[in-house]
Amino acid sequence: MIRFDEVTKVYRGTAKPALNNVSLEVLSGEFVFMVGASGSGKSSMLRLVLKEDRPSSGSIHVLGQDLNRISSRKVPYFRRNLGVVFQDFRLLPNKTVFANVAFTLQVIGKSKGFIHEAVPDVLAMVGLDGKAERFPHELSGGEQQRVAIARAVVNKPSILLADEPTGNLDPTTSMGIMTLLERINANGTTVIMATHDAGIVDRLQRRVVELVGGRVVRDERGGGYVTQAVPQVRPDIVIPAAEIPR
Amino acid sequence: MRLALVLSEVGQGLRRNLSMVVSVVLVTFISLTFVGTAILLQAQITQMKSYWYDRAQVAVYFCTDFSTVGTCDQQAATPEQIAAVEAQLESPTLAPFIDAYYFEDKQQAFENFQAQFEGNAIASLVTPELMTEAYWVNLVDPTQSQILADALRGLAGVESVVDQRSYLDQIFDILNASSFTAIGIAALMLVAAALLIATTIRLSAFSRRRELGIMRLVGASNRFIQTPFVIEGVVAALLGSILAAGAVVAIVQFFVQGYLSETLPQTSFVGLDDALLVVPVLLGVGALLAAVSANVAITRYLRV
Repeated sequence: MIRFDEVTKVYRGTAKPALNNVSLEVLSGEFVFMVGASGSGKSSMLRLVLKEDRPSSGSIHVLGQDLNRISSRKVPYFRRNLGVVFQDFRLLPNKTVFANVAFTLQVIGKSKGFIHEAVPDVLAMVGLDGKAERFPHELSGGEQQRVAIARAVVNKPSILLADEPTGNLDPTTSMGIMTLLERINANGTTVIMATHDAGIVDRLQRRVVELVGGRVVRDERGGGYVTQAVPQVRPDIVIPAAEIPR
Repeated sequence: MRLALVLSEVGQGLRRNLSMVVSVVLVTFISLTFVGTAILLQAQITQMKSYWYDRAQVAVYFCTDFSTVGTCDQQAATPEQIAAVEAQLESPTLAPFIDAYYFEDKQQAFENFQAQFEGNAIASLVTPELMTEAYWVNLVDPTQSQILADALRGLAGVESVVDQRSYLDQIFDILNASSFTAIGIAALMLVAAALLIATTIRLSAFSRRRELGIMRLVGASNRFIQTPFVIEGVVAALLGSILAAGAVVAIVQFFVQGYLSETLPQTSFVGLDDALLVVPVLLGVGALLAAVSANVAITRYLRV
């Protein structure tokens, strides 16, 4: 579904790579947490999956397509298979909940009939029925994130990328959002979530990929935020002492 | 559905930075008015050229008792010398180039002069003796006056061979210079208009960057993102073009036809039909300019 082959990403003007020789495979239907300190490369990985950036070296395959080979003209069509959720929701403040979700479908050319069927369905699924005509500023943070999730999944993408979706929310609301993401995952959508929230990672016991200084230092199924199992030994990974946070 | 969405985006964009849109309208209006005027001025020059060049004659002036130029030595041309020139004009070498010619003696020249400068103080100072005898020659092809000059200039008794077009050329040089000035100003203004349109579109895109970001994220095609901005620029520029077209038509109608034609009835001027030919050119230039510069401006927001 998603495969990173020895991917390195160096941003212009910096010597230290944001991602350093990362290889990773995510299978269809998986739920993956990406954990690590700020600047460890989580967001860079998500940007690369979205093809918002190109890797400096290495190749990335998403949904069977080599991202290095997708022409920039085709990128918009590729992105229609992905849903994205951010920490800051990114809703349009002058549009209602319904219009925010419908906007996604309008701009990719869906018919009015389809929109009027799909949007109420997805709003009910995220638990926002009855709030379709509210504006974002009339909603709580948790509700706004539900709108953002509704917008991300209304087009039934095969992959949902979430960049710290609970970063601005209190623990109870966060758990509500996580329940929603688990349900989306249970319906067959692959979910990749970057997070700092140890409580969530520990409770869900899913696959955890930990990044330190742009390298994958742990890839553990059913893991917690901090490793509890005996770490998998990967002889190919050697971390310089200076890069391990104390 | 999508058309309605695109059009509502266009309306939103136009309303959001109204003052920039007004400035785009005004700048395209002024610059295209200059373009239109320059085109009409060129048309006017061409029209006048073909009218006057066809009537321009070559004058073969003969020596008088006072002249010292050419082959003259303060001696008036003798009848033999005049006959020799006529023989040249009739000769097989020159005859094919000549459409018609006639001789003008001192008395006729004096009468023509009096008629031309009637009411002018200079008319009372001139006597028939001061006038120059001349052959007036109409050429088959008015541009070939050099042949006549080469053949006759050295003959005895010939003071000079003058192509009237050389007088006209000065006038046309002035008119040409003013039309090139208009084109130059028009070009500068068009550059300003293009930059202003680009800036306006960037501003418009900047004020909608949230929408643009989301559109890109959810996979809106570049064409879909681009179209509203291009239409926005084209609409603003077309408004300016329409104003410019109106101004050009009004100039021709009220200034050229209404004033100049009345004042100078002998001269033929550009008419409304010429002005109406310029209108589609102005609309086309305005729309194209806006489409291209808006396209370039928005491309920066489409990079993936």
